[in-house]
Amino acid sequence: MSKILMGDIACALAAVDAGLKFYAGYPITPSSEIAEALSELLPKHKGIYLQMEDEIGSIMAAIGASYAGYPSMTATSGPGFSLMQEAIGYAAMAEIPVTIIDVMRAGPATGLATQIGEGDLMQAIWGTHGDHPVLVFSPGNVREFYIYTQKALFWAEKLRVPAVVLADEVIGHMKENVELPEPIKIPERRIPDVKPEQYLPYAAVDGDVVPLPPLGSGYLWHMTGSAHGEDGFPTIRPDRVKALLDRLISKTVKHHNELVEYEAYMLDDAEVLVVSFASMGRVSKGVVKELRDRGVKVGLLTPLTMWPFFAPELRAVVDKLNPKKIVVPEINYGQLRILVEWALRGTSVPVIGVNLVNGDLIPPEMIEEAILHG
Amino acid sequence: MAINLKALTDKEARFVGGHRLCAGCNEGTIVRQVLLAASDYEVAVLNATGCLEVTTSVYPYSSWKVPWLHEAFENAAAAASGAEAAYKALKRFGELPADKKIKFIAFGGDGGTYDIGLQALSGALERGHSFLYVLLDNEAYMNTGIQRSSSTPPYAWTTTSPVGAAIPGKVQPKKNIVEIVAAHGVPYVATASPSHYIDLMNKVQKALSYEGPTFLAVYSNCNRGHRNPTELSIAVSRMAVETNYWPLYEIEQGKYKITYKPRQPKPIEEWLKMQGRFAHLLKPESKPLVEQLQKWIDEKWELLQKKEEFSKTL
Repeated sequence: MSKILMGDIACALAAVDAGLKFYAGYPITPSSEIAEALSELLPKHKGIYLQMEDEIGSIMAAIGASYAGYPSMTATSGPGFSLMQEAIGYAAMAEIPVTIIDVMRAGPATGLATQIGEGDLMQAIWGTHGDHPVLVFSPGNVREFYIYTQKALFWAEKLRVPAVVLADEVIGHMKENVELPEPIKIPERRIPDVKPEQYLPYAAVDGDVVPLPPLGSGYLWHMTGSAHGEDGFPTIRPDRVKALLDRLISKTVKHHNELVEYEAYMLDDAEVLVVSFASMGRVSKGVVKELRDRGVKVGLLTPLTMWPFFAPELRAVVDKLNPKKIVVPEINYGQLRILVEWALRGTSVPVIGVNLVNGDLIPPEMIEEAILHG
Repeated sequence: MAINLKALTDKEARFVGGHRLCAGCNEGTIVRQVLLAASDYEVAVLNATGCLEVTTSVYPYSSWKVPWLHEAFENAAAAASGAEAAYKALKRFGELPADKKIKFIAFGGDGGTYDIGLQALSGALERGHSFLYVLLDNEAYMNTGIQRSSSTPPYAWTTTSPVGAAIPGKVQPKKNIVEIVAAHGVPYVATASPSHYIDLMNKVQKALSYEGPTFLAVYSNCNRGHRNPTELSIAVSRMAVETNYWPLYEIEQGKYKITYKPRQPKPIEEWLKMQGRFAHLLKPESKPLVEQLQKWIDEKWELLQKKEEFSKTL
């Protein structure tokens, strides 16, 4: 059934349809509609909506509820996302699933509260200190906002990692006619198959994920953000610390092929390749289509998973097409371009950025100019 | 030291019109009153993120004829701490004349004061920085679209405390920020309302006469969020005082003094019925909720009077 939906509302519906049971948040433009919708929807679905005193409280309440057994998420925008960074690292280290929706505005600081930016990409991947596993998805329209909210919730729970959805102000506030797909349900949490006295909270099963019993089920355990052994107690033993961090980092690496999604558009015989994400991916698609109609050999890759980055996949496309250049339009000063250049290190294909941060989408003419004459 | 309105009319307005606050918004009125009352001093303003900041600083215009610093949502008091500490150091090291008198005035909304900024405020109060913090209390996150805050009164509708079968609006009490601030042992804490402007300006002058942190909680009607006609915004603020919902008092060096006592306090319905956010309370089946509110207000008023009485014995 198709519906006319605002992006933020689609995100809230996606979460409820996936089985979200807990939301903690704090009002901030342009994400507030997610909180407003969930404050109405969750109580009707045996879920809990909690408005917190700030974003530090919001994400930690979500982590607390997740620890207690409730699939949880929070939503925010740049300034709030900055405040959440410490807790994102905590969730990664303690292995407590949590999903964070960041509806990007232009930054830094308060920036442009009601206007689009795409400058949170690096922060989503590297924002918290120390090496850590994190998943980052980025939808390009309202329907994808629905889908990738659910995928983030799914994979956060599955791998017990923090997952981020990077939408932007245009996607969040845009209303469009959407055909909603079948929902992706949040998976049941894996519970221990050993007796309480034998349970080690950080003993991995199948190599990466650790089972987590619900509170009150007779199991006692330590969970911590400090480096710990399988028993959950803090440790400074080098072998145990290494084993822990190796396993944490490997979680996303091992599942690369399942996690990485991107859209390939009009790649056949393309001589120029455009790589773009979020709302600019959609604008770029329009440009590519129009230029193809005029006989220009140009194609588009739109990553939907930003981390892990689709570096091998991008590399394979470039090796096959051998394009004359790659054009990367984005509403920041070149964050995606850095990732593209890193993926293509050692090749000689020039990567051209189309960058403009002024509160608006980058005009198609600027992208066309870079494709034709850049 | 009472305010001389006639003399103040000759002073230059340091918060001027042309801003983009909503028609009828109390915030502009309050800020004008505060800065007018501070006319004897050089003033530097620190402004937390919020309606006031957004609407008074749209490029290329400014309503501020004083140095003005906008910070993030949560840290006006922390920025004031740094500015005041640096100012004192500049004086100590002779970079500024020793007789220079700059007053730091921070403005924050209820979200930035009761909620996200409480930690920064508490830290600044405890360290004892000399500044006046003015709370503009419109009882919800109006700038982001009327979400509840810990200042929102019980049973008020907001977009995140929707009225329906499950809840009659917000179900928690309103946090008592005045007592929280007073518990830090700062020299001067007071409440005010723009409807009682002489009282408000007297309190500003009193606050500024102290060294150390001072705090003024000002009731600020938001006609968009409280759902009342724009022309009634001062009337709603006045009714908040006349019903004892927002009593006007001060805590000076630990001593309570009620600065305005309504001769015949009005029932809380008089205030509720002016505002759409309480529309559901006017239905007959909501009577117990209104009674509960009235009881809560009466008890608080009773307690406040006892505190005032007790203060006289100190």
